[in-house]
Amino acid sequence: MAVTVDGLEFEYRNGGHRLAGVSLHVAEAEVCALLGPNGAGKTTLLRCVLGLLAPRRGSITIAGQDITTLSTRELARLVAYVPQSTGITFPFSTLDVAVMGRTPHFGMIGTPSRTDLNAAESMLDLLGVGRLAERPFASLSGGERQLVLLARALLQQAPVLVLDEPTAALDYGNEIHLLGVIAELASAGRTVLMSTHQPDHALAHATRTVLMRDGRITADGPSHEVITGERLTELYGTPLHVTDVSLPEGQRIRTCVPVPTAPRSAP
Amino acid sequence: MTNHRLVTSGIWLLGLVVGLVVLAVVSFGIGRYLLDPLTVLRTLLGETGGVERTVVFEVRAPRILGALLVGAALSASGAAYQSVFRNPLVSPDILGVSAAAGFGASLALLLGLASAVLQVLAFGGGILAAVLSVLIGRVVGRGSTIVFVLGGVVVGAMFQALISVTQYLADPQNTLPEITFWLLGGLGRTTLDGLVVPAVIVAGCLGVLWTMRWPLTVLAVGDDEAHTLGVHRGLVWSLVIGSATLMTATVVSVAGIIGWVGLVVPHLARLVTGPAFAKLLPVAALLGAGYLLVVDDIARAATAVDLPLGILTALVGAPFFVVLLAKAGRAWR
Repeated sequence: MAVTVDGLEFEYRNGGHRLAGVSLHVAEAEVCALLGPNGAGKTTLLRCVLGLLAPRRGSITIAGQDITTLSTRELARLVAYVPQSTGITFPFSTLDVAVMGRTPHFGMIGTPSRTDLNAAESMLDLLGVGRLAERPFASLSGGERQLVLLARALLQQAPVLVLDEPTAALDYGNEIHLLGVIAELASAGRTVLMSTHQPDHALAHATRTVLMRDGRITADGPSHEVITGERLTELYGTPLHVTDVSLPEGQRIRTCVPVPTAPRSAP
Repeated sequence: MTNHRLVTSGIWLLGLVVGLVVLAVVSFGIGRYLLDPLTVLRTLLGETGGVERTVVFEVRAPRILGALLVGAALSASGAAYQSVFRNPLVSPDILGVSAAAGFGASLALLLGLASAVLQVLAFGGGILAAVLSVLIGRVVGRGSTIVFVLGGVVVGAMFQALISVTQYLADPQNTLPEITFWLLGGLGRTTLDGLVVPAVIVAGCLGVLWTMRWPLTVLAVGDDEAHTLGVHRGLVWSLVIGSATLMTATVVSVAGIIGWVGLVVPHLARLVTGPAFAKLLPVAALLGAGYLLVVDDIARAATAVDLPLGILTALVGAPFFVVLLAKAGRAWR
């Protein structure tokens, strides 16, 4: 389902991380990456889409419905969320955490049924973490936790998936693995909106890339057109180069590399 | 929440219920006029008369039922507060409820009002304190949990000072001791008739907490994540804090200020059940009922005088809490 953000303005009480008129249309089944430096407003935009922040002006429409007209539960059936990391400190089991994704389907006064638990178990299996179901969630590694959180989000069966730097807390191997899983499973028919710090993530997995800076969108279009060395150099304020690399197998991959700057001479 | 753990919890619940019934029967026999459990059972079934009947139904029944009700209510609301605030040091009097209810009662005693009025004033005081704490949290703290809890501390301190005012003004010959004893907490004045309305209120509040068991569990992952999972924090908060507070004010109006039960027992229960509220709530309520019954038995039978219950729960609860922290503290780190 399509997500339309129109003329969004937002300002925190303390004046930080504002949005100054953001408009964006993500079509159905599109994987859209938000790219930009710290403080660009990526997370703020995602939090508005999730209904966690109320914009001062502008509107967000999902599948034709203005999200301010939806209840918390209705919104949770449309949009699922994978956070950077989670604040869970209670000794929940992994299965407990995953099955929470079924909450929007049984509502405020229900509890998970056998069917919900089975669904959660199969989803954990599908993501390759089924064997961890009985382990305390807090004892899992960062990569395993993110996979469980992804399972939780997928269990919401929402057509839109929002991910806020889902790999920020992961090591290199887990980062690549998680993104692969997202590309494979999450995007199957789903509309994905994710923020990232890595231009390579956008190049590899996003059909569409939006560059953000100071609460504004500076470029928006197909990832391979939007992500150029020139634009990224300006965006991050450091020399960057985008180039195609040929793998020994003949595959060509576009990637972004920092350009070494001359070391400053000692005074 | 697999089969295995549900079964474990089911056995625990059954064991607790059976244990509680046995405890209650034994408690009916304890006191200056000792009865063996068999006589108690026969009396309860109406097969005896005379002294046994009077002792069981008129002297001991109100206290035993009162202890069960107050213990269950305080522990359940403690478990609810701790879950909703995600803070292990929170207890039912966190919003100044106990102190304010105590003030309402002291005022009634000072003015020589009837005991029905005392209950109403105690109850009203408790609710007023909760509303004030919530207002402070809203207006000053803009929804911050810390300010909310600090607001409760401030409101509690204010009502504590007002209690002192009533004590200062009270006649030292008769009113002052009355106020002092009431504040120490106890079930000595409980009557069966007086328990009916509180029991209905407590049952209703437990019902509301029970329906909130899953959203409350989900809220433990954090407000924002819970929101994206379809749980409306404000709604759950209002219902849970509202019913926990109502329950606390109700039992304070019955038994005075009985501390530590709502703090210690939920911790003990959590050791058994883990954090899932669906399991925590019934176990905490049953454990609390049993705990207060035992402490009240000690209060009645240990010495010739009827010891104030609040003193005993603190003497037993405080050291016990240290032991629990050493064991269960890990879960909160």
